[in-house]
Amino acid sequence: MSETTQTVAEHAADELRRRGLGAAAATTVRDLRVRLASGELGAVPVILGLALIWTYFEVQDQHFLTARNLSNLVLQISVTGTIAVGVVLVLLLGEIDLSVGSVAGATAAVLGVLVVDKSWPWWAGIIAMLLVGAAIGAFQGAWFAMLGVPSFVVTLAGLLGWLGVQLHVLGSAGTLNVFDSHITAIASTFLSDSWGWVLAVAATVAYAGSRLLEDARRRRAGMRARPLIVVVTQTIVTAAICLGVVAVLNHASGVPTAGVVLVGLVVVFDWLTRRTKFGRYIYAVGGNAEAARRAGIGVTRIRIYVFALAGTLSAIGGLISTGRLQAASTQTGGGTLLLEAIAAAVIGGTSLFGGRGNAWSALLGALVIGSVSNGLDLIGQPADVKYMVEGAILLLAVTIDALSRRRLAASGR
Amino acid sequence: MQTDTAAGNGGGDGAAPAPVLQLRGISKHFGAVQALREVDFEVHPAEVVALVGDNGAGKSTLVKIIAGTQPPDEGTIRFDGREVKIHSPRHATELGIETVYQDLALCDNLDVVENMFLGRERTAAAAPLAPLSELEMEKRALEVLRGLNVTTVRSVRTPVAALSGGQRQSVAISRAVMWNSKVVILDEPTAALGIAQTEQVQALIKRLREQGLGVVVISHNLHEVFEVADRIIVLRLGRRVATFKHDETTPEDVVAAITGARAAA
Repeated sequence: MSETTQTVAEHAADELRRRGLGAAAATTVRDLRVRLASGELGAVPVILGLALIWTYFEVQDQHFLTARNLSNLVLQISVTGTIAVGVVLVLLLGEIDLSVGSVAGATAAVLGVLVVDKSWPWWAGIIAMLLVGAAIGAFQGAWFAMLGVPSFVVTLAGLLGWLGVQLHVLGSAGTLNVFDSHITAIASTFLSDSWGWVLAVAATVAYAGSRLLEDARRRRAGMRARPLIVVVTQTIVTAAICLGVVAVLNHASGVPTAGVVLVGLVVVFDWLTRRTKFGRYIYAVGGNAEAARRAGIGVTRIRIYVFALAGTLSAIGGLISTGRLQAASTQTGGGTLLLEAIAAAVIGGTSLFGGRGNAWSALLGALVIGSVSNGLDLIGQPADVKYMVEGAILLLAVTIDALSRRRLAASGR
Repeated sequence: MQTDTAAGNGGGDGAAPAPVLQLRGISKHFGAVQALREVDFEVHPAEVVALVGDNGAGKSTLVKIIAGTQPPDEGTIRFDGREVKIHSPRHATELGIETVYQDLALCDNLDVVENMFLGRERTAAAAPLAPLSELEMEKRALEVLRGLNVTTVRSVRTPVAALSGGQRQSVAISRAVMWNSKVVILDEPTAALGIAQTEQVQALIKRLREQGLGVVVISHNLHEVFEVADRIIVLRLGRRVATFKHDETTPEDVVAAITGARAAA
């Protein structure tokens, strides 16, 4: 998941084989310190933070780490996390999208009106809402990329404008109850226990398989490959996470469908950003747009695509939200959703300054935000405390980001 | 020494092979500013041409036109014997013209391999979302770096942000020459480097010439110009005011042409 931990682990394993345990430990410590100093923290701080938060709330209230509550947590973060995936993409570009909440709301309104008022079939409604989301994103992206208006301003206008569209589409009713079972299923159904296990095992096997295959190919090509112990360790960790999560959630109602959707989106977009040309270009534009342009990359096109994807992911967020609340209302996509989605992406480790981060940070960050919110609810803290704590965490995450960027710049030249 | 006027006999080197890149009558203005006036320019295979001139002489504009980032207002470009219009950086690289800018145009957040293949990644299939062939690219990048004697980079999977100035320059030049290019333009290739690294880069430039490339070096450093260049072309206030052959001139002559003390058109 994290390149940092991976390289450090590789290095340590190398040392272990050559010079024994003591040297390996020393190397690891030194490596970690170098990484810390150069700002390449990867996912380590956020995972530590999450562990801390969970420990704190478990000590405060023994209901926090129960299967039931963790199952709730998964459902609670599904909308934020999904939208945060889109925010990650936009942040990787070095841009921002402030309209994601309003787009979720507006597309949810479109879905509600089409399915309820116009009696469209559920699938046609969903396709329409996704297309509307993509179109809105592409429109904003084009406005920014082609006219040179800062994305901050374009999407700030969108934040207001699409909220207006949402209210307009919903009309005087204000709320449309959506009881279509296909749409509510996304947030109210759970995998059966056995399907949960199948999924966990399949994920582990796929992970280990792709790793081993890659290493085998490297060895065949005569290139340096990771020591086997690294792959084995990573596989064990992955297996433990997958099986552990399924085991816990099966104690409640099973793995929530919305959680599967969220993790599935993260996996797909992680692959897209790191394994395809398109993804490489997103990082390139975010790292140095001028260099990307000179390398012949269609920067404008990439930017429009990414905003269109962010719009589409917002629409999926709107869909999950509609399913959860069984309604599309003027409240959908409102409140703190936008801020939490952006906070999730940044807390998860995606830089606000572009070019650094990955799709997993959406999930990790949403878990942090969601855990804090859920935990404070559980111990009976009111909204005022919640917002202040969430604000402080966001500030901390952005500060880490800014400081590590500064160190990176300092160590770079 | 040979001096010619702006519209003069560029490329008149007699027995030399045909230029691989030849510009004729190139003009370019930005608003009221005339950046280039009817400039001729040519570089032959296996030749290092130094393009020199004071600030504002038009060197950068000329490079941008060759690299495809800006179209000329007037003039023709012949590449490899054919008349071409270079409408984009991608088009320039497709033709076989590579440019290494002074800022190197590297993405700091990407690693060495990713930078070397930026915009030309290899994929497993031609489909738009086909997976990248990382292994193949890494292997090729290693080959190229070794072939050019760039051995100081410890891992090609290091983000270039973590490399030294000399290493970054080496990566940028290696990237430029790994594509069977015919013309390579180097913008102030050693301006930011120490002595040892400068020598390395100059050796690299000579190696490019041995491989038959046409190399254009833009430099303020006359010592460097005389170290590597076969011919020296001087721009002044948007015109080509002089051309020198390496063996037949002195730094004083070149300086005089740059400052306009002599041979003003």
